[in-house]
Amino acid sequence: MLKTFRLGGLHPSDNKLSRSNSISECGLPETVFIPLSQHIGAPATACVAKGDKVKVGQLVAKASGFVSSNIHSSVSGTITSVDNLPDAGGIRRPTITIKVEGDEWLEDIDRTDTIIRNCNLDSKQIIEKISSAGIVGMGGATFPTHVKLSIPPDKKAECLIINGVECEPYLTSDHRVMLERGEEFLIGVRILMKAIDVNKAYIGIENNKRDAIDHISGLAANFEGIEVVPLKVRYPQGGEKQLIDAIIRRQVASGALPISVGAVVQNVSTTLAIYEAVQKNKPLFERVVTVTGKNIPTPANLMVRIGTPISFVIDKCGGLPEDTGKIVNGGPMMGRSMSNPDAGVTKGTSGILIFKEKESVRAAATTCIKCAKCVSVCPMGLEPYLLYKLSQRQLLAETEENRVFDCIECGCCSYTCPAALPLLDMIRLSKMEVMRIIRERNLAK
Amino acid sequence: MSLLLFTVLTLCGLGVVAAVILYFVANKFKVYEDPRIDEVEQMLPLANCGGCGFAGCRNFAEALVNNEDIAPLYCPVGGGDMMNNIAGFLGKAAAVKEPQVAVVRCAGSCANRPQTNIFDGVKSCAVEASLYGGETGCTYGCLMKGDCAVSCNFDALHLDPETGLPVVDQEKCTACGACVKACPKNIIELRKRGPKDRRVFVSCVNHDKGGVARKACKVACIACGKCAKICPFEAITVENNLAYIDFNKCKLCRKCPPECPTGAIWAVNFPAPKPKPEIPAAEAVKPTVKKPIKEEASVSAS
Repeated sequence: MLKTFRLGGLHPSDNKLSRSNSISECGLPETVFIPLSQHIGAPATACVAKGDKVKVGQLVAKASGFVSSNIHSSVSGTITSVDNLPDAGGIRRPTITIKVEGDEWLEDIDRTDTIIRNCNLDSKQIIEKISSAGIVGMGGATFPTHVKLSIPPDKKAECLIINGVECEPYLTSDHRVMLERGEEFLIGVRILMKAIDVNKAYIGIENNKRDAIDHISGLAANFEGIEVVPLKVRYPQGGEKQLIDAIIRRQVASGALPISVGAVVQNVSTTLAIYEAVQKNKPLFERVVTVTGKNIPTPANLMVRIGTPISFVIDKCGGLPEDTGKIVNGGPMMGRSMSNPDAGVTKGTSGILIFKEKESVRAAATTCIKCAKCVSVCPMGLEPYLLYKLSQRQLLAETEENRVFDCIECGCCSYTCPAALPLLDMIRLSKMEVMRIIRERNLAK
Repeated sequence: MSLLLFTVLTLCGLGVVAAVILYFVANKFKVYEDPRIDEVEQMLPLANCGGCGFAGCRNFAEALVNNEDIAPLYCPVGGGDMMNNIAGFLGKAAAVKEPQVAVVRCAGSCANRPQTNIFDGVKSCAVEASLYGGETGCTYGCLMKGDCAVSCNFDALHLDPETGLPVVDQEKCTACGACVKACPKNIIELRKRGPKDRRVFVSCVNHDKGGVARKACKVACIACGKCAKICPFEAITVENNLAYIDFNKCKLCRKCPPECPTGAIWAVNFPAPKPKPEIPAAEAVKPTVKKPIKEEASVSAS
């Protein structure tokens, strides 16, 4: 009997079209657009100006606070502007534009293929290195990793959990990383274990990636304290709280952080980035992006430099098909469709999904018949139909009583609703408002 | 017979006893309520719109009667006359406020502002604004989903089917401010009604730089500052790439609308210009390239 989380969840067909396509280089575009806000928290502050020459890996924007992250140039060339440019959603945000000239890396980045197993740094030095390399959670949430690893003095981490679940349909970037960069990834896990001072790490992998489970289990035999946990295929198992529940059977209380149950969760791609940062001095400036869709001529897993225009990445995979309905930034369940494909790939772009026109149409909403399907699939134990009604009537106090802030926006409720109600759209609205009220209340205290 | 008499008398006796008990109980638990509250409530519009900041007209009436100083209290629906009546009735001084009206500060109709993508989510501005920048190149402008029209309790706001933009019925608008709160883009503003409903305002809220704004929308404010320069009353400020006319300083001289190269400044409810004998000839000599747009705007405004 495979492990899984206990509450809610469902299994959308996984459509992992690019599962057997190995990671290939995307190549360099003519210009890259590097947004200064690619993470949760304060946007970074640009430390270069128009006309400056930069090399690959050079710091271009500094973290502007603890919950913020450094940003490095992903190409070598000349800065053509530091200005507000539209992001994937069309909203203008500070962005550094760099004209690509050649591919000259900083000297201290180790570009060889040799795998360095030994790490002699102590916990503090590791976290320092991760912080300066600008590493953020690459599963999509983009929370700065050094913040997650800086455990408050009154708490103690007991185990590290690596998220190799990749429960979103279509996406295969973590899967490919585990298959092709397995050894480096496991060294990254060891480094993380050292950073948070634990001697047990679990790698959760869903059972639809048998090859990755076998491969990593084989390699993990050479590493002390790392255990691979095969998990039942169920969405949203990649959610932090769901994964902790599935693997170590502990429940994180409403509003609490995973560290309250002694767990630290990191994603596979993030772990690989940590290996590269600590052992190879390579800051986070490229990532694996799955480009997929039923109409795409050649679905692929591409190693893309941060800031590469999304349209350039799509062109590398055969260009945008004629009957494209939507381009989604991320997976089909939690991703957001984008209005501006000329925006750059960010640290959180795990996939670019292209929907056919027919697939992208939303069914017309009818009336709630109180079938409670949404209640049974909600992994957080909420009542989406109720929150939906309360949000529509803007009864914020009541939505707060019904724990709207616990919603992880996984989209299970909207996916399962037979009346095609836009449950999540409305719930997200009141969640944002309630979170704002809670923040203000905490500030006032 | 005696049975009947006995029954009737017992019943009457019970009634009298109950009445006496009830009389004392009622006296004991009597809640005094100022009779003026009822009267004041009847003087209010009884729309229960919440424009005063209270939950309903009854709560507002209570506040009016109970508060010594009623200057901070104001019912925008009833307006100054009604407030004065109530103040006279209560013997207090009422707040003096200029009558206001809701003004939609966006002229980005489908023709002026080309659509760049299609939003197929919930038909709600708030939801659309929470997801992305909107269906056009302008991320500041009207989303045309009509949250404001839904919020209006007085049937004073409707989406124009042709332009897609909300239009305020100034006869019906009570300036309760519900639409101002409903608009996620802060496009609607309560402005002074002005003498004979005449108003001059910048019909744009785009904070982008001139070129970007103009590319997204033909009638966007490009923050050229010409209006601020010509204004004799210093009523116009250009801040963060957007001009704003302070309605308290504006004397409605209408020097700014013809200055605006994109026609973003609207002058509404002014009488149509008289058939001009000589002056326009002199003006026409001045080569103003953007003149056609300007005229188009003033036509659609009136």
